[in-house]
Amino acid sequence: MKIIIIGAGKVGYNLALELSKGNHDVTIIDNYSEALAKAEENLDVLCIKGNGVSTNILLEAGIKDADLLIAVTDSDEVNMVCCLTGKKLGAVKTVARIRDPEYAMELAMLKEEIGLDMVINPEHAAAEEIALSLSFPAAIDVENFAKGRVKMIELKINDEMPVAGVRLKDLPNKNLQSALIGAVLRDDKVIIPKGDFQIKNDDIVYVLGNTSGLINFLKLCDVAQVKIRNVMVVGAGRIAYYLSQMLNDMGIRSKLIEIDREKCEDFVSYLPDALIINGDGTDEEVLKSENIGEMDAFVALTGMDEENLIAALVAKQNGAKKVIAKISRTNYMGVIHKLGIDNVICPKLITTRHILKFIRGNSVETLYRIVEGQAEILELIATRGSRIINTPLKKLRLNKDAIVATIVRKNHVVIPHGNDVIQEDDRVIIITKDKNISELDDLL
Amino acid sequence: MNIKMVLRSLGMILICEAIAMMPSLMVSFIYKDGTGVAFFYTIFILLVVGILCVIAVKPENKTIYTRDGFAIVAFGWIMISLFGALPFYLSGSIPSFIDCIFETVSGFTTTGSSILKEVETLPKAILFWRSFTHWIGGMGVLVLTMALFPITGTGAFQVMVAESPGPIPGKLVPKVANTAKILYAIYVLFTFAEIVLLVMAGLPLFDACIHTFGSVGTGGFSSRNTSISSFNNVLVEIIITMFTFMCGVNFSLYYQAIKGNFKAFLKDEEFRFYLAIVLGAILLISIDLCGNVFETIGESIRHSSFQVVTIITTTGYSSTDFNNWPIFSKVILFFLMFIGGCAGSTGGGMKVIRILLLMKSTKTELLRIIHPRGVYPVRIGNKVVEEKYVGEIKNYFFMYMLIFVIAVLVVSLDGFDMLTTLSSVAATLGNIGPGFSVVGPLGNYSEMSVLSKLVLSCAMLIGRLEIYPILLLSIPAFWKKVNI
Repeated sequence: MKIIIIGAGKVGYNLALELSKGNHDVTIIDNYSEALAKAEENLDVLCIKGNGVSTNILLEAGIKDADLLIAVTDSDEVNMVCCLTGKKLGAVKTVARIRDPEYAMELAMLKEEIGLDMVINPEHAAAEEIALSLSFPAAIDVENFAKGRVKMIELKINDEMPVAGVRLKDLPNKNLQSALIGAVLRDDKVIIPKGDFQIKNDDIVYVLGNTSGLINFLKLCDVAQVKIRNVMVVGAGRIAYYLSQMLNDMGIRSKLIEIDREKCEDFVSYLPDALIINGDGTDEEVLKSENIGEMDAFVALTGMDEENLIAALVAKQNGAKKVIAKISRTNYMGVIHKLGIDNVICPKLITTRHILKFIRGNSVETLYRIVEGQAEILELIATRGSRIINTPLKKLRLNKDAIVATIVRKNHVVIPHGNDVIQEDDRVIIITKDKNISELDDLL
Repeated sequence: MNIKMVLRSLGMILICEAIAMMPSLMVSFIYKDGTGVAFFYTIFILLVVGILCVIAVKPENKTIYTRDGFAIVAFGWIMISLFGALPFYLSGSIPSFIDCIFETVSGFTTTGSSILKEVETLPKAILFWRSFTHWIGGMGVLVLTMALFPITGTGAFQVMVAESPGPIPGKLVPKVANTAKILYAIYVLFTFAEIVLLVMAGLPLFDACIHTFGSVGTGGFSSRNTSISSFNNVLVEIIITMFTFMCGVNFSLYYQAIKGNFKAFLKDEEFRFYLAIVLGAILLISIDLCGNVFETIGESIRHSSFQVVTIITTTGYSSTDFNNWPIFSKVILFFLMFIGGCAGSTGGGMKVIRILLLMKSTKTELLRIIHPRGVYPVRIGNKVVEEKYVGEIKNYFFMYMLIFVIAVLVVSLDGFDMLTTLSSVAATLGNIGPGFSVVGPLGNYSEMSVLSKLVLSCAMLIGRLEIYPILLLSIPAFWKKVNI
């Protein structure tokens, strides 16, 4: 596919990185030569210096034959105009990042008028991700598949859990009826476990299943599934705004701490129901006086990475059960995981992932990557004529690096065994280490 | 340095060289000249070493940084020159190994300087390989490797930057591998076109191939002792002039033309300057020659145009012994040796674009004296060239001259006359081939000492790879694992 990316910032760079690996022809346009130089040096892409709004530059980048135009500059307006011009000049599909909440409300109109095929709002996506992970507090991370009918949780195993040291086939069956361990991360390597795989301390397991199946699995691990009732949020930005609304809908009470008086007042006017406290969220005294120890979760969303991390650590030390921190720089992802913060949210990575999902297109519904793409979780729809349907799985010679994790048939979730059959229109969730799978027949 | 990745890439280059030697092996079977064994052994050695490097080395980290890219290019070229010399040595065609290396380096760098006094008696397959090295070296060994193998993924661009000629790197399409394929496709097209035309002009197929490789690669090896003048065929001269001129032009312009943008040629400032230099030089030399060396205007233009094009594109064929020309013409040819072809072409020298940028930059310096606060960017076409590149080019010019001076000093130890000494270095550093006097079109480099041959071989490599890759090897910091 021929893809043009406007904006060589973090999101643009990461997108180009992933896409150029996946056999796409990527051209990046940016005004700043420094950002471009980095892309040119490290990526197999074509870089053009110039303004992405300019028709000439777009033509030079080959917009006429482009299959996709992605506008991810830091300005909403520039992104919209780029997509508008691009579409008129011949781009087949356009994607824009639009983050201003005021535009966000008019998305439907914008999409139609400008001809945008996808709009990504990083802050909204980040808030969604946080809300999702709060729905399974024991897990490090949660991801939705099949429109939420199947969930995947990421769970760290420790010595106290009874499952540690047990082989998969020895796990009690009744707890695993509708959940499955799809992948295990051990020493930074992804393993797709078979029956005689032994779970060890410090493994990170990826479990798929429907909600009740996952709750059963958590019981097996002796992790009580407490429902989150109170959340403390620090930093009144756009993510906090979306998150408060979502939490409100989920029936979770939230308390927001913000250092800037004016912002507090603005916020109250947008969200009359929320409790807003004017204070420094990184100050231990403030947190204690707002009884942080009683909070089920703590989310740090200020604009400063360091403050978020410190605040999260302070909260964890003072007894918050689950702490989440937002960071914008991905450079120290590796270090943060060792600090003891339960979950780290990076809006730019989420944006990248959402756009990648969109590009993967129609046959692939959802895409989730484990450890920088060592393994992928794909959701595919079985179509008529596929060679895989209507044959029991044990009779198919499936790719060794892939497993069929779940089959979703209407509202019914099946964890497949040898005798199960994939039928037409089933949604099939596949975990694979082979990157060349984009449809079901590739499994054979 | 990511040594494992460098080794792996070198392995691929060697495999590529083995593939590139296959046609010569076939030629030796066709003519049954007894050199098949030499080629067979060389290919065998290349494949064993190459495949070992590729299979045995398992790099954990596949990223190639700039330093690694330069290392791959520098070592790659040294390796292919060493291995490429084997057929000459094993077949006994050239007895001294130093001479073999000189001849191979001269081939790959598309110089075309020879140490052979007598080429017509050489086995056909050896002649074929000698010229085929021009063809591979012209577009680049690594570009060929990238076209054939998915060599490096990310970081491949670093390698291309280090190998391809010209100051400002550019790609035709987003993927380096596809760019390499497009370049070679255009190149192969030119090659076939020229072979067909030369055969139609009356050359035997074998000679047509040899001279095609020599001209599209802008090399200059011939299968005749007296180069093109031995044919005395105007049509052949016109065809070769045309193709050498075409191959001295930036190949990206042909890509633009294929995509329908023919105006790219006229819009390209470098191309216009190149054309102007060529036409100007032809005019001056024709006037100088007419009535002086040749009787008619036609004859003067015929030889001056052939000689100007073949020297500026750094090919180095001769249609006549230009050593007998008046000094004014010879000096013009000597200066053309420094200019060379356009960026992104198969030609050598300093490149037209650098000269153009230096002239423009000189103009802005002068203007700055008149308006000390004036802002004068250097422009090519309508685009501003970044200050960084202009600075690099000024430095490049200095380095080029410095290396010229050092090499001249070493060669002067041999005690040849001034013209021989200066022109031999200019002709090898600029990848032209023949110089004047002893190393003139009818002479050769066989009388040079071993030291001079080695220094000139280095000069050829330095000239072809545009100084930096080879020069980096002499800097201690380049070799250190921990670089502080």
